[in-house]
Amino acid sequence: MAFVQKPQVYKSAINTVELGVSDNKITLGGATVSPLYSFDAPIANAPKVGVEITDLGLEGEPKGIVDYYGDCKTIGEQAKKAAAMPGADFVCLRFVGAEPGEGDRSVEECVKIAKEVSEAIDIPLVIAGCKSSQKDAQIFEKIAEALSGKNVLFLSAKEENYKTVGASVGLAYSQKVGAESSVDINLAKQLNVLLTQLGVAKENIIMNLGSAAAGYGFEYVASTIDRVKQAALAQNDAMLQMPVVTPIASETWVVKEALASEEDMPEWGCQEQRGIEMEIVTAAACLACGSDAVILKHPASVATISAMVAALM
Amino acid sequence: MALTGLDIFKITPKTNCKDCGNPTCMAFAMKVAQGAIPLDKCPHISDEVRAKLDEATAPPMKTIKIGAGENEHTLGGETVLYRHDKTFVSKSLYAVAVSDGYSDEQNETAFADIAKIDYERIGERMRVDAIFVDYASDSAKFLDLVKRANDMDRALIISCSDADIAEKALEIAGAGKPVLSGANASNFEAMNALASKHGIVLGVTGADLNELHDTVEKLEKAGNKNLVLDVTMGNIKDTFAATVQVRRASIKDGDRTFGYPSIVNTARIAAGDRDMQSALASLFTVKYGSVIVMEGMRYADALPLYGLRQNIFTNPQKPMKVEPGIYALNGADENSVCALTVDFALTYFVVSGEIERSGVPVNLLITDAGGYSVLTAWAAGKLSASSIAKFFQEADIEGKIKNRTLIIPGKVAVLKGEIEDKLPGWKIIPSPPEAIQLVKYLRELDV
Repeated sequence: MAFVQKPQVYKSAINTVELGVSDNKITLGGATVSPLYSFDAPIANAPKVGVEITDLGLEGEPKGIVDYYGDCKTIGEQAKKAAAMPGADFVCLRFVGAEPGEGDRSVEECVKIAKEVSEAIDIPLVIAGCKSSQKDAQIFEKIAEALSGKNVLFLSAKEENYKTVGASVGLAYSQKVGAESSVDINLAKQLNVLLTQLGVAKENIIMNLGSAAAGYGFEYVASTIDRVKQAALAQNDAMLQMPVVTPIASETWVVKEALASEEDMPEWGCQEQRGIEMEIVTAAACLACGSDAVILKHPASVATISAMVAALM
Repeated sequence: MALTGLDIFKITPKTNCKDCGNPTCMAFAMKVAQGAIPLDKCPHISDEVRAKLDEATAPPMKTIKIGAGENEHTLGGETVLYRHDKTFVSKSLYAVAVSDGYSDEQNETAFADIAKIDYERIGERMRVDAIFVDYASDSAKFLDLVKRANDMDRALIISCSDADIAEKALEIAGAGKPVLSGANASNFEAMNALASKHGIVLGVTGADLNELHDTVEKLEKAGNKNLVLDVTMGNIKDTFAATVQVRRASIKDGDRTFGYPSIVNTARIAAGDRDMQSALASLFTVKYGSVIVMEGMRYADALPLYGLRQNIFTNPQKPMKVEPGIYALNGADENSVCALTVDFALTYFVVSGEIERSGVPVNLLITDAGGYSVLTAWAAGKLSASSIAKFFQEADIEGKIKNRTLIIPGKVAVLKGEIEDKLPGWKIIPSPPEAIQLVKYLRELDV
């Protein structure tokens, strides 16, 4: 007897959210099937891969990344190179140096850098902040103003600053708001409710459900994304139907497996390779659970993950 | 399909005799339906009816054992598609492939990888679980590889659809209870006889899911239900589709024919691309690969993959715990400062990671807090001045460490005074509340 296929197509869909403008737009979301289940029904928009650069330039980056960017002298040149990376769908500029404890870069300088990056690239831009919610609120407001009309995603509005970020980024300048919660479906939903009550349209919200490197409590990440997708698709929960973007690079390159030097751990082998595989494995697992976009930084990881997504569509 | 309480009630004697320990036959039927008690608690159901019902109430996916002795592994037995619905029970196995179709160099590297990966992570020994010996065309070379793989103290999967050659391979390796994979629509009778003779698991393949389904049905009809399904298809997309659909059909749609564990061979669908194999191994660890085959296993691949697997296959109802004790970080010795936290694995990883990033030598003391996080443990009374004092005594901290400064989690700074009372001679200082602040804090710490 032949196998009876029972495709599982839901009546609900993940919201579609556009980033960027005109010819350079990308669209996240739109799926009516479980993540990557293109055999059940065509997936409107394949998951996207972003390339992360930081305001600190190439300081402290592994050799493969430094080599890729070669002789880029300005952040603008680096951004252009990031946008040209094979497999890149968008660029994510992270303001590590805006953190009060990490140099406390001024709001004006951050705006200048964001403008330089935005002008240098021809694919959509995502702006990520630092560890201080308060500082994020300040820089996001001014960057959202300076990049008005560019349809930029800001990562992220959190419980502590969603009012300021939502009001400036989402309402005043109609950019896209990333809603960040820490690996908990209820907190994720609550933040979406609060942002929509503030007046941010749900079509302008993208969720960052939190992330962790593989091996570092990733079961919470996996189950949170699983449950959010189930609620969005099977239960038609409008407050959880926003697409999910998961930053990977910022989590995976700071764990022991990627940081331990070859002198300290000779049996572990090439340090850079460890960082790459940590990034690849974590990203693939997030996509398997349901991330609509992942943010990576190494050219080898970007190439592999984008190729995997393409192969599955 | 799972039976409802009413279905089961219909076949009980309906006498409410209480011989099963339940007040009524209905109550008994309800409990059986929930899986709370086995059907044979009722002495009045005939064997014939029981056999029929056992079939219907059996778990949707069979539990299959491969390998022997120390290298025996359990596959399958899953009851849910998402770990949050209950838990996954049988972790994915990672297998490394060798083949007479590969270059000698590739086989040598694979054997070297297998021998090299061996470490412990949160109480679990991490090794390459199995060796996948793949027959291409050179039988002498293949049998030589079988012999070498058989000496490596791992479970074997012998992938060979030529029954004559497979028989020779089993003469070498049959005692270790390998999987014989390669039964297909045209050879399944001979392969079935061979697997039955050696009492081993038979791996079934098919050009597509229809053919696979068909062959499994024929094998089941012939009495063999000790199977695994090699769901590897021609490319990545079809293999993912097959892996998910086989699992979903068995768990969600009650298709017993597909209720077996899977083998996914990334070495075949991403040959030569090691990064892609890592990505796919991750994908199939999350989505339903029971045995995942790769061309090799470097530490670079193993560290994230085994960590991921350990996470995905933890029971959501039971937090992962680390062993209480002294963890000397960054070359800490008896004169280094002590920092204390709980045995919740996630807390341990975050805190130890930040301490390692700081480069400051610290004796990290892990106390038994029932696997709870700091605040939960404190609220539950599992992290208190008394529990810490007891831990200091049992672990003989004062005998092992000369330094007398103890950093406690900032979230329980309130315990400072009580701990000072219980641990005279110690200077107790609360850390900042968040682990992320530890690097700066430790570097600036003046003790």
